Amino acid sequence: MDTIVPAGQVVVPATAAPADGYTARRMFGTRAARIEDPALLRGEGRYLDDIRMPDPLHAAFLRSPHAHARVTRLDLSAARALPGVVAVFDADRIARELTGLRMPLGFPSATLQKDITPWVLSCTEVAFVGEAMVMVVAESRAIAEDALALIEVDFEPLPIVHDCHQALDAQAPVVRSDAVSNIAEQLQVGFGEVDPAFAAAPHVFTESLFVHRGAAHPMEGRGVLARYDPVEDAITVWTSTQMAHEVMHSIAAMLGMDQHNVRVVAPDVGGGFGCKYLTYPEEVAIPAAARCLGRPVKWVEDRAEHFVSAIHERDQYWDVDIAVDGQGRILGVRGRLLHDQGAYTPQGINLPYNAATSVTGPYRVPAYRMDVLICQTNKTPVIPVRGAGYPQAAFVMERLLDRVARELGIDRAEVRSRNLIPPEKMPYDKGLTNRAGVRSIVDSGDYPATQAEALARIDYVGFPARQREARARGRYLGLGIANAVKATSRGPFESAVIRVSPQGRIDLYTGALAMGQGLATALAQIAAEQLDVPLEAIHVTCGDTGRVSLGMGGFASRQTVMAGSSVHLAAVEVRDKALKVGEQLLGVPMAGLRLRDGRVEVIATPARFVTLSDIARKLKGAPGYSLPPGITPGLESTGLFQTNSQAHANACHACEVEVDPGTGAVRILRYVAVHDSGCLVNPTMAEGQIHGGVVHGIGNALFEKMGYDEEAQPVTGTFADYLLPTSTEIPQIEVVFLQTPSPTNPIGVKGIGEAGTIPVAPAIVSAIEDALAPWKVHLAEAPLSPVRLLELIDASAAA
Amino acid sequence: MSSDEPVRAISVTVNGTVHRREVAERKNLADFLRQDLQLTGTHVGCEHGVCGACTVLVDGVSARGCLMLAVQADGCSVETVESLAGDAPGPSGLGPLQQAFRDRHALQCGFCTPGILMSLTELLRDDPAPDEHAVRLVLSGHLCRCTGYQNIVAAALQAASKAGGGS
Amino acid sequence: MKAPPFRYHAPRTLDEALSLLASLPGPRLLAGGQSLMPMLNFRLLAPEHVVDLNRVEGLSGIREAGGEIVFGAMTRQREIEFSPLVEARLPLLAEAIQWVGHRQTRNRGTLGGSLCHLDPSAEQPTVAMAMDATLAIVGPAGRRELPMRDFALDLMTPALDEGEILAEVRIRPWAPGHGWAFLEFARRHGDYAIVAVAVLLELDASARASRVSITLGGVAATPVRVPEAEARLLGSLIDAEAIADAAACCGAVDALGDPQVPAWYRQRLARTLAGRAIPAALARTAAHAAAGGTP
Repeated sequence: MDTIVPAGQVVVPATAAPADGYTARRMFGTRAARIEDPALLRGEGRYLDDIRMPDPLHAAFLRSPHAHARVTRLDLSAARALPGVVAVFDADRIARELTGLRMPLGFPSATLQKDITPWVLSCTEVAFVGEAMVMVVAESRAIAEDALALIEVDFEPLPIVHDCHQALDAQAPVVRSDAVSNIAEQLQVGFGEVDPAFAAAPHVFTESLFVHRGAAHPMEGRGVLARYDPVEDAITVWTSTQMAHEVMHSIAAMLGMDQHNVRVVAPDVGGGFGCKYLTYPEEVAIPAAARCLGRPVKWVEDRAEHFVSAIHERDQYWDVDIAVDGQGRILGVRGRLLHDQGAYTPQGINLPYNAATSVTGPYRVPAYRMDVLICQTNKTPVIPVRGAGYPQAAFVMERLLDRVARELGIDRAEVRSRNLIPPEKMPYDKGLTNRAGVRSIVDSGDYPATQAEALARIDYVGFPARQREARARGRYLGLGIANAVKATSRGPFESAVIRVSPQGRIDLYTGALAMGQGLATALAQIAAEQLDVPLEAIHVTCGDTGRVSLGMGGFASRQTVMAGSSVHLAAVEVRDKALKVGEQLLGVPMAGLRLRDGRVEVIATPARFVTLSDIARKLKGAPGYSLPPGITPGLESTGLFQTNSQAHANACHACEVEVDPGTGAVRILRYVAVHDSGCLVNPTMAEGQIHGGVVHGIGNALFEKMGYDEEAQPVTGTFADYLLPTSTEIPQIEVVFLQTPSPTNPIGVKGIGEAGTIPVAPAIVSAIEDALAPWKVHLAEAPLSPVRLLELIDASAAA
Repeated sequence: MSSDEPVRAISVTVNGTVHRREVAERKNLADFLRQDLQLTGTHVGCEHGVCGACTVLVDGVSARGCLMLAVQADGCSVETVESLAGDAPGPSGLGPLQQAFRDRHALQCGFCTPGILMSLTELLRDDPAPDEHAVRLVLSGHLCRCTGYQNIVAAALQAASKAGGGS
Repeated sequence: MKAPPFRYHAPRTLDEALSLLASLPGPRLLAGGQSLMPMLNFRLLAPEHVVDLNRVEGLSGIREAGGEIVFGAMTRQREIEFSPLVEARLPLLAEAIQWVGHRQTRNRGTLGGSLCHLDPSAEQPTVAMAMDATLAIVGPAGRRELPMRDFALDLMTPALDEGEILAEVRIRPWAPGHGWAFLEFARRHGDYAIVAVAVLLELDASARASRVSITLGGVAATPVRVPEAEARLLGSLIDAEAIADAAACCGAVDALGDPQVPAWYRQRLARTLAGRAIPAALARTAAHAAAGGTP
């Protein structure tokens, strides 16, 4: 059962006080049913591949089968000759349609190695399995794929970089012939007097940790549909993306078009989880083909492509030391992170930067230094997946604290309690800056209370007895806990336009992007709270650059905070404006008016009212007639909430597992997730985010490994090999919310989408280690397969 | 379609309507429903029979739409998500299982949902009062990245109890 | 990906199917499609012709004849799952079928298709090996019969010649009161087993094993019987020592290895699962149940 435990004062936007028994509609904080659902449940969703377009062409891409090779011959003649094939684009051909052949870098960086982004198509050298080489456009997808089989290519294999460690080797080959080094960038983050802290510390412990996170795997892969209008020299591109506006800017730049002639629309998006927060080569190639051929062109990524050409998160190696005093209080943390970036850097260094700067998490760490080496390998490029480096960082910190507890003989929860940032220290300066150079300030939260709630829910004190009793029956139970904090709501801004039409229709447009979380419902709830209308009266459009000129999109658990705040600001303004106009039209002071069901009415005599439609008609203006005094045109408002500070969501997870030492199988018996994401707009949807986040984390802890061999050939290219968690392998997840309002935004909310994933792997791995205590197995990696667990048990038994 | 693509005439009853079409012999049932009949509620998520997004009912039993050729459905009766609202729609135009999904927040992005609805439709016809284990077993033939399955299980159990199957 | 182009044929009779196989170049038989269709969709196969057995009359169904349970090769796993005859007479198969894929794939997947695909980890070939199933094959030269051990030649290699079709599978039930257990370990429910163990036991009046079958799936290139383990139990009281010895024999079978699942791990699973499946089978024997004992 999911429960909500309010802590602190819940800030809810002010609404009119009931005067005559009518209670103003409360929408914020309710378990409203989602407005998205009816269409999706009837099969009337409109995902990318559902868009009906007359006379479309279909594209397919030839992808490199080699991790690294030079192309010595490419013969497209047989493919071009196949009936039904309309065009075949190699790199030279597509270059004629573009301002450049290299993709723009997602995030600005002055220090990153140059010429490091992917090519739109690459026909001379290929640097990872799955790299797009040639695009075939045909009358059907099947024919386009038939044509791919007719392309003749000769490859000269080149030496391969298959791993971070190998990348650093002085003798290692270089990942691409245009790369100056396998190190894309090297950086150091930290604060405090690290070396003195370690020199004086009574205890220093060292860990070498490996954390792998797989791919994003939304159930809908990527996909692009483009239609060019030669009359207007304009192009409309539908794409399954998390960032319509940035894709629009990239397409405009790459196709040499004015941004006003490029409209990018995100249709219903079947999940993102990070992999759609990028402009991909296909998102440039498809519009280029549509413009060149004068017919709509569609490409729908299939799962086989998704495995190798959509981004991964993959490997990080951490060599870390922790210095503590005799009571287990942290004196310092230092180390080195090797991050596997893959063959190109499409976005920037944000993932390893996040990881390195979030290690200290919810804990007080006086001195910290992390050296980060971003290593290029001949594998699929890497950008953040749900959690974005925080899960790895939490794994590192929580493993270190378990080590401290074990070495010093202190209870694991107690070690954490002694180091958690206490509520009275909030806001707490982490001593670091984010990638924008803004100081990282933890805004609010009661971390000890969060942990205490988790311990109470899992019956932490009763566990040793349960464990003993189970062991007496030959069963091995373990309990694990882990804390996490996530800096959510990344700025600088998000857009929201609320517009009431003369027909009384309320539209809400935002640059935020819905990819399944229920964003439209959440934003409608925030708007409806102010406008006092049913949710269904608010028509929400997300991610259409033709509707709103500015937008950032969906990433970093930001949208409820950033877009939500913008919606709140816009809705308050529309509300106030409607009341001001009502004041003049009804001749009653504002205090005597209220909004109700799309009209402004007199509280004392509700039969006297003007509708929002009336007001909107008035404010659209009539030629030569003046507007009400002091009122600006239009019943609409644009909210652009802007901030550089971040709302910090926190969590404590606790779980019980059983390990079968005969097979290495791990079964999760109970899972408790206590979260504080500030004020909840919709508790039901918030719980849903945690459920999904936890199961993603379970995948990272136990199942999901994007495997490669030493030739950098992927070995897990199907859903039979790459294991996503299924319903039979996961427990009921018990979710508890505390609600500490964030002072960083007007509605007191914090992000939530990634928070559920972050502490999962360290909690589960801690529980497994606890279960295997009789063998004294030391766990330093995730994911953990049954094979690996038995290997470690055997090694411990032999030692 | 190119001229040399082998085709075959088929007659398929989909959601009660008979459709006669010439279809490419290699085209799978999911693509046929989506492309030839414009029934795009059935989704394609992996094309190798694991994710379950394309699950439909063929002659009353669930099947992967990507693992059946359209020509194999000749003479068959196919049910898709578009049939589930039925003749007696609820307040928001949803059938009972769909309504339970909405009530229990059993979907997020919604991409996997139609296939899951079809598998659960089959389950609830065969066993009007399944327990959680039975629901999870059927669900294990589907991948969902958003929900963690928990609310889907709750929705299936709610639909079962609403249908009078629950005890 | 989309399947490569092929010509599709849907014969109505076995003779028609056989003559298509004889006349067409590079034909591929389509049974339940749960393995072939993914391979086509991935373009791992590009047959010129696909011959669909789903409309061939008389290839499906479960009946009892001559003391055997007779399955048409196109009998779907769903029919086996819900067959009272299978539940009553072939409880090992009834138990194993629950592990096969998912409901959505069992609805179309067939017994014959699984035996001919012959994945070493698949449950149905393991049961066929455990129960010494007889396979009836028809072809240009007429009909022939093979025991499962001669049918499973090598990794995914059935003893089918060109132009032949598996028509029928016959399994002779063990005596009433026999014990059975099918256990497997897979990462997730419905995945192919990493290792599966099938155990059948009959006890004599003195509670000694009078008939034993122990089979491992997923360990070697095909499902294999473990004669050493069977011999250890045969004629013995099945006590903890006997179980441990037999399980150790299972753990000593030569195993396949790959980077994901090394050979030693398959052997370990074989030992562990056998050590659990033998007492589970024992507990289900009528003699044991009557004695009300535990192993």
